[in-house]
Amino acid sequence: MAVQVQQKRTALTGNYAVAEAVKLADVDVIAAYPITPQTTIVEKLAEYVADGIIDAEYIPVESEHSAISACLGASLAGARTFTATASQGLALMHEILFITSVLRAPVVMAIANRSLSAPLSIWNDHSDSMAERDTGWIQIWAANAQEVFDSVLQAYRIAEDRDVLLPVMVNLDGYILSHTVEPVLVPEKKLVEEYLPPKPLWNRLSVKTAYTLGVVGPPEYYFEMKYQAIDAIERSRSKIKEADEVYGEMFGRSYGVMEHHFMDDAEVALIAMGSVAETAYTAIKRWRERGAKVGFVRIRVFRPFPAEELRDLLKGLKVIGILDRATSPGSLGGPAFAEVSTIFVNERQRPLVKNYIAGLGGRDVPFSGFDYMIQRLLEAAEKEEVDVLCEYVGLRE
Amino acid sequence: MLELLGEHIEKQGCGKVAEKKLLGWREIPIGAMNDRPGSSAEYHIGAWRTFRPVVDHEKCTRCGLCWIYCPDAAMQPREDGYYEPNLDYCKGCGICANSCPVGAIEMVSEVR
Repeated sequence: MAVQVQQKRTALTGNYAVAEAVKLADVDVIAAYPITPQTTIVEKLAEYVADGIIDAEYIPVESEHSAISACLGASLAGARTFTATASQGLALMHEILFITSVLRAPVVMAIANRSLSAPLSIWNDHSDSMAERDTGWIQIWAANAQEVFDSVLQAYRIAEDRDVLLPVMVNLDGYILSHTVEPVLVPEKKLVEEYLPPKPLWNRLSVKTAYTLGVVGPPEYYFEMKYQAIDAIERSRSKIKEADEVYGEMFGRSYGVMEHHFMDDAEVALIAMGSVAETAYTAIKRWRERGAKVGFVRIRVFRPFPAEELRDLLKGLKVIGILDRATSPGSLGGPAFAEVSTIFVNERQRPLVKNYIAGLGGRDVPFSGFDYMIQRLLEAAEKEEVDVLCEYVGLRE
Repeated sequence: MLELLGEHIEKQGCGKVAEKKLLGWREIPIGAMNDRPGSSAEYHIGAWRTFRPVVDHEKCTRCGLCWIYCPDAAMQPREDGYYEPNLDYCKGCGICANSCPVGAIEMVSEVR
């Protein structure tokens, strides 16, 4: 895309890329509690507020439960809000996440993805946000610091769209993205203002109106009220695409709801999410150079799940491999696997599916791990049979 | 049994709520929001009641403590100064009977 805008090439960690985007988004309220590996996001934002660089209320709360609650209340009062968390902190927010989506508060939150205890681990996997996939939030999963930055700005546009009004979480892998310095193109604030919805936002707590928010939903009404939020996330599909396309026109970068390569003549494909997808891509490229018909897919928007887009892309394949960096103990496989598998459930002709669980608790997934996964996919394609549905790659016996 | 239950519900005023047309999901304000102030008056919680307060005017001193303590503002003064529960809103918690210093309020079972 030939977009000529002034963008400053800046060295930023993923976390500072989030802070930079939040700064440009001109937020009104930031409520946060520190937790590794997210802390440097809200530390940087606290500095910006203290130095008068951002004109926002910074609420240093006593827990993540309060952080999201404060953002929810502020958002209902029409403030543009931000918070960030990870792991145990996100788990502590759990109950409020459902409330935020049904109350239709366009809160934006960054998650520096980290595994959940026990055993205590500060390292990266996708367990934290995957456990929140049914809370009604839109989920974007970034693969590099630039995408983290761009996704935060897109998140505000999606969340605040009057046809959507839903909270959005932007996921960045703990340490791999949160603490690694990468070059990030940062546009001018004026352009960002043009891209984002105009303020003031809808103030539902105004004294001029006398709304009751968060009402009791008796059995006669709970179902309808819940369904409104389900309908909203369905309607967000077109808005997510629009936010991405307009971003592309204005800033020269767009991502789609998923990224894919080598899919035209692929017989097998490997699906991954987050930064590990970049390693997967490089591994697959090497197999391509050796003539193997392997395709690469990275799911970027996990909620709403891009089922139709994936069905169009994946139909005709022999075997699909899905890499999960989270588990659902007692289930057939990980959460992404379960989701992808249901795409073809009513089709007569459907690809075989295979699940890989790897990279839990910050365990690296090296090229050798991907080589193994791809080799096993090719084997299954040749035999037209999946012998082991779910494999734990990199686990010591 | 069902007939008995139906009769009981009708007597309690629950029928009034059931008769109202329930709104579809497209008709309700979004975000679990109620945009009509004071609309809780339309919700007759009296249907929950299993005991009703009966005021003995011989004992009642019209002190108004039952009126002060009633959590649903169901206990209201009449023109003659005595207090009577509005049975559309009294859910039979018994706080009025408990707060009455002269024992003028008796909780009587609704199921006879």
